[in-house]
Amino acid sequence: MTTITTAEGDAARDLPAVVVDPDENYLNTSYTVKSWLLTHDHKRVAILYLLGITLFFFLGGAAAVLMRLELLTPQADLTSHETYNKLFTLHGVIMVFFFIIPAVPGVLGNFLLPIMLGARDVAFPRLNLLGWYLFMIGGCFAIAAMVAGGVDTGWTFYTPYSTTYSNTHVIATALGAFISGFASVLTGLNFLVTTHRMRAPGMKWFRMPLFVWSMYGTAIIMVLGTPVISITILLLAAERVLGLGIFDPARGGDPVLFQHLFWFYSHPAVYIMILPAMGIISELLAAFSRKRIFGYGFVAFSSLSIAFLGFLVWGHHMFVSSQSVYAGLIFSLLSFFVAIPSAIKVFNWTATLYKGSISYDAPMLYALGFIGLFLIGGLTGVFLSTLGIDVHVHDTYFVVAHFHYIAVGGTVMAFLGGLHYWWPKITGRLYPEVWARVAALTVYLGFNLTFFPQFILGYMGMPRRYHVYPPEFQVLHVLSTAGASILGAGYLIPMVYFIWSLWYGKKAGPNPWNAKGLEWQTKSPPITRNFEETPIVTEEAYAYAD
Amino acid sequence: MWELQLHPESASKIASSVDSLFLFLLVVSAFFTVLIVTLVIVFAIKYRRRPERKSVQIRGDLRLEILWTVIPLILSMVMFGWGAKLYMIQARAPADAEEVYVVGKQWMWKIQHLNGPREINELHVPVGRPVRLIMTSEDVIHDFYVPAFRTKMDVLPDTYTSMWFQATKTGRYHLFCAEYCGTGHSTMIGHVIVMEPHEYEDWLSGGVSGQSLAEAGEKLFTRLACHTCHGGKPTDRGPPLTGLVGSTVRLTGGRTVKANETYIRESILEPKKKVVEGYEPIMPTYKGQLSEEDLIKIIAYLKTKTKPEGKR
Repeated sequence: MTTITTAEGDAARDLPAVVVDPDENYLNTSYTVKSWLLTHDHKRVAILYLLGITLFFFLGGAAAVLMRLELLTPQADLTSHETYNKLFTLHGVIMVFFFIIPAVPGVLGNFLLPIMLGARDVAFPRLNLLGWYLFMIGGCFAIAAMVAGGVDTGWTFYTPYSTTYSNTHVIATALGAFISGFASVLTGLNFLVTTHRMRAPGMKWFRMPLFVWSMYGTAIIMVLGTPVISITILLLAAERVLGLGIFDPARGGDPVLFQHLFWFYSHPAVYIMILPAMGIISELLAAFSRKRIFGYGFVAFSSLSIAFLGFLVWGHHMFVSSQSVYAGLIFSLLSFFVAIPSAIKVFNWTATLYKGSISYDAPMLYALGFIGLFLIGGLTGVFLSTLGIDVHVHDTYFVVAHFHYIAVGGTVMAFLGGLHYWWPKITGRLYPEVWARVAALTVYLGFNLTFFPQFILGYMGMPRRYHVYPPEFQVLHVLSTAGASILGAGYLIPMVYFIWSLWYGKKAGPNPWNAKGLEWQTKSPPITRNFEETPIVTEEAYAYAD
Repeated sequence: MWELQLHPESASKIASSVDSLFLFLLVVSAFFTVLIVTLVIVFAIKYRRRPERKSVQIRGDLRLEILWTVIPLILSMVMFGWGAKLYMIQARAPADAEEVYVVGKQWMWKIQHLNGPREINELHVPVGRPVRLIMTSEDVIHDFYVPAFRTKMDVLPDTYTSMWFQATKTGRYHLFCAEYCGTGHSTMIGHVIVMEPHEYEDWLSGGVSGQSLAEAGEKLFTRLACHTCHGGKPTDRGPPLTGLVGSTVRLTGGRTVKANETYIRESILEPKKKVVEGYEPIMPTYKGQLSEEDLIKIIAYLKTKTKPEGKR
């Protein structure tokens, strides 16, 4: 994929000659607020998403800090029951719907997918911008609900608590998730159409970078899964506002039906979080070991099979919900099948390192860290798929630890790794490498100290969403809180040097990593239409020769 | 306060089986974690970037792909089978299990023993005997969780769920609500107290009411005049109730239903939903007139109405 030759043929030659300012890029074409708020440029939309998710990340993070402080002691000292319940709900809603789900697709997917395919933009630039507005409006609903007094149902909104018993701002929060769901659909739609229709000449399916494959798998889930949560939220609102009996048995409804509908989306949503991360890791490992990804085809198809199987395992959240025992057996069996493509990825990534030429730049540290954390997150997922064990650890800290290993240890590590890797492309500037390595190690240590003790807490029987707890759990909680403070520092360091680099960072040049891939064949930052000439692809992805 | 405990108490028959399975998964996981992490570290050091050495391009290897697909597949099928076996054991209570009724409400557990005693946030059980809990909720979904027994089950409004265990060690064990149920969720806790059988019998007979659950149910049954329609005579307007619990009932329209606790509860509260074949839908609803505790009493009474001989 290295070679870019001038597009031949009449069409290219007939284009009017454009006078190109050699310093022009997508950032300096215009500095007006309007040029940002009405932009059709996928790269600027990506920056808008980056601002949005950073805001929500620190909001959700603040809630986590307060919770961890409260949990230092077994009794209630910092907050009341109500406040604690609102804090974990806020943390969950913000982090799931307004950070993790949009983070990689919204920022890195938007920025990179068209460039990686050799396209000028996504297929529907206006819908792309609309998506960001819907995401922000949805987020405003969630924040407004918080300011008005908060919501205490947990991000899972289980009925009949959410429809009948909770006296908090359920509807505003759920509507926030509902509205931002449309942003997901629009992003997914754009990625699917862009991948199908806008690949540069010569960009065959099996020449695409694995990041594109994983975004493609993610997009399928976004388009097919999100409408289900939208419908579920509408049904919830219909019961809570209009009093229709759908989920509340006192009105003739079925509370377990809600759980089926909710998890039919929210389990695949876990793969919306982790698939893009897997794509990033493939890019990082290839670039920093200077190698083609081992078993490219297997890694690509494992993304699609995870996307497909993800729709068939929602019932594993409901092994003790009173769901039929036989349904439990089938959901358990299918859940084990998801473990196989995940294992295939890990083995292939490891094999990619074999006989590579490996450097330890900050993005690579995140990638190597990801492998370890994803291993633990994935394997503990196998524990939870195992029926006899899940009955014991369901709804305990074991589950909390597991999904944080996937969503934070997996996705956030990969997102940070990707952000470091593509930061020079996005901004044209280099960040201080030493600080970046320090931050990567801090995040890794802080993360493990925060969440590993929670596996033990869970197996000991500590239920999740507990404001107060028996004293024998305290030591592990203290360790976890200590880890969280390190983790928090680890997240703040990159904030500082990324902003610093915008003014004082060294100029990056088009390809600071000497990496393959179309995004490194254009300027840093790229021009608005990405490439001076439409690239013609003659090689597969990762055609490293040295 | 600062003692560090890394393993929960194990006090039921299933607990040690769950721990064994957990250990098996732990060993397998540790093996793969050590394997991968070692490989990553070894490769990262051995193949670190040096100016004189170039990376070697390898496309992949079908034999390796098959190997690392098949081995995890086999291992995971073993885990599935083992886990499923424990799940099936937990799903099916032994026929001789002692029954205890549990009603969850925001934010307490109300327990009713068949012999009469009632308790709140405490459950006394004998060691070595299977105990089956029949549970319902007055409001939202709760979950009855005893970590030392390695078992839990959601407790739902408007239906009965059940779980069972056989305690193997006397002592006092945590009881937690494991399904988030609102403001006081983390205070919806209590203890399961496992006693020697003779101590348990003493405790039971020390119960205050002196009247068993079924006796209370019979009184209620008489007070509500249920027998005027369900007297058992062929001419009665309602179907006979003797031997009903556990039997299979044929409904109008040809469907059949198993007469479990949930069916009986529903038939009292919403009698027109499932009408027994050959009878008219004329029974009035008792919704709003009977508390969850009352319903439990009537169910306990009906369970004592077994046919004198032959099949149930």
